[in-house]
Amino acid sequence: MSKLRYALFAGCTPKGSTPELMMATMAVAEKLGIELVELEAASCCGASHLQDFDDFLSVVLNARNLCYAEKEGLDMVTVCNTCQLNVAGANLRLKSDSKLKNSVNEKLAEVGLNYTGSVQVKHFLYAILEDYGLDNLAEQVVKPLREMNIAPFYGCHNIRPTDIAQDSNGGESPYMPTSLDNLIIALGGNSIDYESKNKCCGFHADLQAPHTSHALTGKALLDAKDNNADYMVTPCPLCHLNFDTQQKNAAKAAGREIGLPVLHLPQIIGLALGIEPKKLGLDKHVIDTQLA
Amino acid sequence: MSTTRTLRFRVFRFNAETDYLPAYKIYDLEVDEHELMLDVLDKIKWTKDGSFSYRRSCRHGICGSCAIKVNGKSIIACKDNVFELADLFETDELIIEPSRTERAVKDLIVDKKDFWSKYDAVKPYLVAEIDEHPVKENLVTPEDAELINEADQCIQCGVCYYACPAVEVNPDFIGPAALAKAARFTTDVRDDAKLDRLEIVNELGKGIWDCVKCYECATACPKGVDPIGKITTLHNQTFEEDMAEDNVATRHAVGFKHAIARHGLLDETEIVRYSEGTFGMVKHIGVGLDMMRAGKVVMPWNMHNSKNLDEVKKLIKSSSTTTFKGK
Ligand code: SF4
Ligand code: SF4
Ligand code: FES
Repeated sequence: MSKLRYALFAGCTPKGSTPELMMATMAVAEKLGIELVELEAASCCGASHLQDFDDFLSVVLNARNLCYAEKEGLDMVTVCNTCQLNVAGANLRLKSDSKLKNSVNEKLAEVGLNYTGSVQVKHFLYAILEDYGLDNLAEQVVKPLREMNIAPFYGCHNIRPTDIAQDSNGGESPYMPTSLDNLIIALGGNSIDYESKNKCCGFHADLQAPHTSHALTGKALLDAKDNNADYMVTPCPLCHLNFDTQQKNAAKAAGREIGLPVLHLPQIIGLALGIEPKKLGLDKHVIDTQLA
Repeated sequence: MSTTRTLRFRVFRFNAETDYLPAYKIYDLEVDEHELMLDVLDKIKWTKDGSFSYRRSCRHGICGSCAIKVNGKSIIACKDNVFELADLFETDELIIEPSRTERAVKDLIVDKKDFWSKYDAVKPYLVAEIDEHPVKENLVTPEDAELINEADQCIQCGVCYYACPAVEVNPDFIGPAALAKAARFTTDVRDDAKLDRLEIVNELGKGIWDCVKCYECATACPKGVDPIGKITTLHNQTFEEDMAEDNVATRHAVGFKHAIARHGLLDETEIVRYSEGTFGMVKHIGVGLDMMRAGKVVMPWNMHNSKNLDEVKKLIKSSSTTTFKGK
């Protein structure tokens, strides 16, 4: 297999409040021989909130982000579902709306850039699944996650809306997603089936409607827990923030203890590949990741 | 020749007048590859149990009365093919339930009062001074008509509403269908009640700011209404019409622009402070300390900038389309 190379859209949260995700992503990529060229010029994707205030501006900024991947001549990889929604979403809109593309390019010309629509944007999960391949990954496993019951939590923006998922994430079904389950199994783990796995964590209303957010976070965590999960795993750092840093609030809202450790996608891959827990940032969680 | 399959249906049965608890009854039926979920419901009623109750009328995806859930998927029964559902869920056994079990009256029939009362709240009708003796037509250009076309397709089936997780945990949330309907009229060039409607949908705890952006509504809607897209339209119009109140939700949306103008990247502590205000930060102290202990907080002096930040700043200047006077 020729070496896989991608432009990495790191995103703000992996560079900020989930440093462990960035550490684990880089460690896993290195171990698997996947080259991630970080786009240091990239700006925030707008996190699905900037669009509420100024939709056009949010498209322009993401078009600029895409220009940098185009300059590298590399497909883009994201490590956050919401980055995926915004950057892949802008890509899809620009590819299918030439009027929008022209007016965006007029703006980009002012800073010497031009968007052409030549790159794909996919979440790291799908780069592993579709390009690296689960069989290849399974061969690299040195510490199968044998004793672990893992609850896959997909996170909305990798699977919905369906047009973006279809265009970029291999058309994963929003009703019966399988990618994360298959990955867990390839790593030797036991993937838990539970109703909440394709539901919403509530993150995007954290400040505006905390009661809603906490209720949804608690619901999903308890559903996983009640189905015997030892861990939850998610490809999205924003889901992770709610599940990990807000877990106490969610427990309060639910009126029940939770105590479920939640890992990032590359952390479980890293563990199975035999990478040291510290290198995967497993000590940088609010909820202790080490099972007694 | 068409293929048939024998499938098992586990069906929610309940009569609010006589039953304390619902029961799930099993029906094994031979199903044809062309049959829809509504055909299954009909078969149960016509060949198994005449008392089985559900709503349906048009059979053509127009009346909106046949909404149910199959394996948790919110659908209108006259649209979804049975084989496709069985294949989607990789199963020979489908679970048929009302759109919201808690609101069941009889079998699959729910009391949709919650849906309708929220629908009413957004004034789901054109408000305009109509000249009863017009001398010329009231022209709407094709471009203007295009603006409302998608939202106008809504058949009030409630599929999105009963798929919405925010509705489920917040009974006050107006929900996707009514919000899409509000946008249907706020984008109608003939309408005079835009500001009234924006005021209604703006209210914290009930309206556009309580959506969690899960896209369940857009995925589930059988008519391509894209309710979350229409909610974004309402967000935008709220700012365009200067109807945005200065509150945590509006500041949060605006805050992203300020953050990006400053660093290119988001300073996550700063966006919370900007949205909540300094006093509002108090309620986040617990989480903040937990995060600090775990090494998750970037101190302001460690915040770094996107490369070529000047480009970002320039683009923000040249491409901004709205302003916010609140701050
Ligand atoms: S996107 Fe918003 S309105 Fe639509 S289902 Fe999700 S929370 Fe409800
Ligand atoms: S928006 Fe779509 S799903 Fe929602 S009530 Fe209207 S037609 Fe039904
Ligand atoms: S019967 Fe009218 S929409 Fe299904």
